Amino acid sequence: MRELKGLSVSPGIGVGRAVRMVSPDLSFDPAAAGSPREEGERLDRATAALTGATQALIQAARREGGEDRAAILEGQLAMLADPYFHSQTEEHLNAGESAEGAADRVCRGFMDLFAASGDPLLAQRAADVDDLRRRLLALLLGREGPDLSALPPDTVLVVEELTASMVSALDSRHVAAVLAQAGGYTSHAAILCRSAGLPALFSVPGLLDAVAHGAMVAVDAGAGTALVEPGEDILADHRRRREEAALEQAELETFRGRETRTADGAAVNLSCNVGSAQEGELAARAGAQGIGLLRTEFLFLDRPTLPDEEEQYRLFAQLAGQFPRGEVIVRTLDIGGDKPAPALDLPREENPFLGNRAIRLCLSRPELLLPQLRALLRAAALGPVRAMVPFVTSVEELRQVRGLLSQAREELEKQGTAVGELPLGVMVETPAAAVMADVLAREVDFFSIGTNDLTQYTLCADRGNPAVAAIGSPFDPAVLRLVRHVIAAGHRAGIPVGMCGEAAAQSALIPLWLAFGLDEFSVNPASVLAARREIARWSMDRAKAVAGQAMEMESETQVREFLERTCERDQGPLK
Amino acid sequence: MVSATVRVVNPQGFHMRPANLFAQAMGKFQSEVILRRGDHVVDGKSIMNIMAACIKAGDSLTVECTGTDEDAALAAALELIRSGLGDL
Repeated sequence: MRELKGLSVSPGIGVGRAVRMVSPDLSFDPAAAGSPREEGERLDRATAALTGATQALIQAARREGGEDRAAILEGQLAMLADPYFHSQTEEHLNAGESAEGAADRVCRGFMDLFAASGDPLLAQRAADVDDLRRRLLALLLGREGPDLSALPPDTVLVVEELTASMVSALDSRHVAAVLAQAGGYTSHAAILCRSAGLPALFSVPGLLDAVAHGAMVAVDAGAGTALVEPGEDILADHRRRREEAALEQAELETFRGRETRTADGAAVNLSCNVGSAQEGELAARAGAQGIGLLRTEFLFLDRPTLPDEEEQYRLFAQLAGQFPRGEVIVRTLDIGGDKPAPALDLPREENPFLGNRAIRLCLSRPELLLPQLRALLRAAALGPVRAMVPFVTSVEELRQVRGLLSQAREELEKQGTAVGELPLGVMVETPAAAVMADVLAREVDFFSIGTNDLTQYTLCADRGNPAVAAIGSPFDPAVLRLVRHVIAAGHRAGIPVGMCGEAAAQSALIPLWLAFGLDEFSVNPASVLAARREIARWSMDRAKAVAGQAMEMESETQVREFLERTCERDQGPLK
Repeated sequence: MVSATVRVVNPQGFHMRPANLFAQAMGKFQSEVILRRGDHVVDGKSIMNIMAACIKAGDSLTVECTGTDEDAALAAALELIRSGLGDL
């Protein structure tokens, strides 16, 4: 047996057989083994197989409403059927090249042409041709990876890095757990795993060397461990705990539909972080009071054109309809050079996390922000919609946003379009905004603390880098003091302060947030019931006593161990 | 051979979807279909070729069709380009 450790990004127990999904070795012999005719027939068979597989993917994408994904696949289908593609490969085959060599060369020729065109949209299409090239070579070489949508039951998926598109392709009923060699807690894929309740461990060093295809693996994602080829007793133990987790889930279900209150009866606003109307649906079912964070960037990713005002309005209006009594806080476009947004054509930056991102990008390109503000103003006519500005570092940025907001409002009113009141808030996620919270509070209607970025920027620890992931901890006193300061500054100015980072749902930190007077906890839809239960365990007096002690401490380790110990003693084992 | 010159009107030019639409429509004719823009010669039945040519809104294109159904092919090509290739 071998024990692997990794970063717990989505808790849960999973037991099953490993299915490895690694980029296959696509090296090939460029010289033909058979006659040009034989090689041509191989290529034709591979092309036909790929055409069939692509058609199936298009149908699947359509069924799930992935119209953009379907359009890209249709483009690939057209490339496969391109008569020019066939005449070109034939020439190479006649010159004595193998099927692989001919396909590779013709695809690369087009990739070079597309990339050299100087047209950003077309340069993006080079990636589609490359995808086609890889799939064709894998078919020719017999090295295709497993089909994610047709995995055997009880699969433990083993990958180098889990991408968001892989998660959406997964048939989650058959996946017991996911193990990835790279990746961080707040990556898009990690968020999707938590939303789907899929146990997942990322940043597992040496994973791909340690786990063979078909190996038996017992994963305890909450504990951060994966045991390879464990004994029968350990397997039985994991299976038993998986059953217990199912019972635990059943207990959590009793918190569905209840109000969120502390042990001494204080009402708490428990809302949700979502990225789509589907997630909004989950949040409403879990009884979230509202939406504390709608991430709008998903509207902009992996597509060749920008979403227009109408498309954005439809999403905001849909969410406002799902929460007729709660607020819907919409974060304006939070995107930077690290995200795959071909429609934005963002330049490559040396350090995108300190670059022209989020509100900086929007202010340098108001044509990105204005349609969003117009859509927000229109949706605000339907219900209590709020706008939240991410990555703010100075009060001037806010004033510029106010200027654009007035401009958008005037344009709409001139057209006779109905607009509503749109409160404006700051997502406090930079140390600058946290330190200047008293000044910012005078300019806006609310704050929401984004603990993921606030932690990463305060402690200078890249959240995707396993070597420093432990440093970026929300238990660090530096982060806790900033959070306390922001909440106090907001309250002095008479505005509410929420929290929309992952830390809002971290059970050992909940007494601190209660003691600081946090007005709104915004958590993932999958965490609503657990957060409601944790909040119900604390009286305000007890939370204040614990927070008082924790805030006297000097280091992350001290604080974390104290809080974990205290929660365990007071409340039974940490859930 | 028959030919005519036409201006590209759809705002995004011949990006993937319009190129696909055009190549597929032309593939139904027996005639050879050539698009000329200046010195640039493009196989009108090849989506890859059309995309790589980076044809933009406002570009002037000469469509040349050669074959037994050249008149019908040219008429179809002009109609498609003038109607904005499904983009308008």
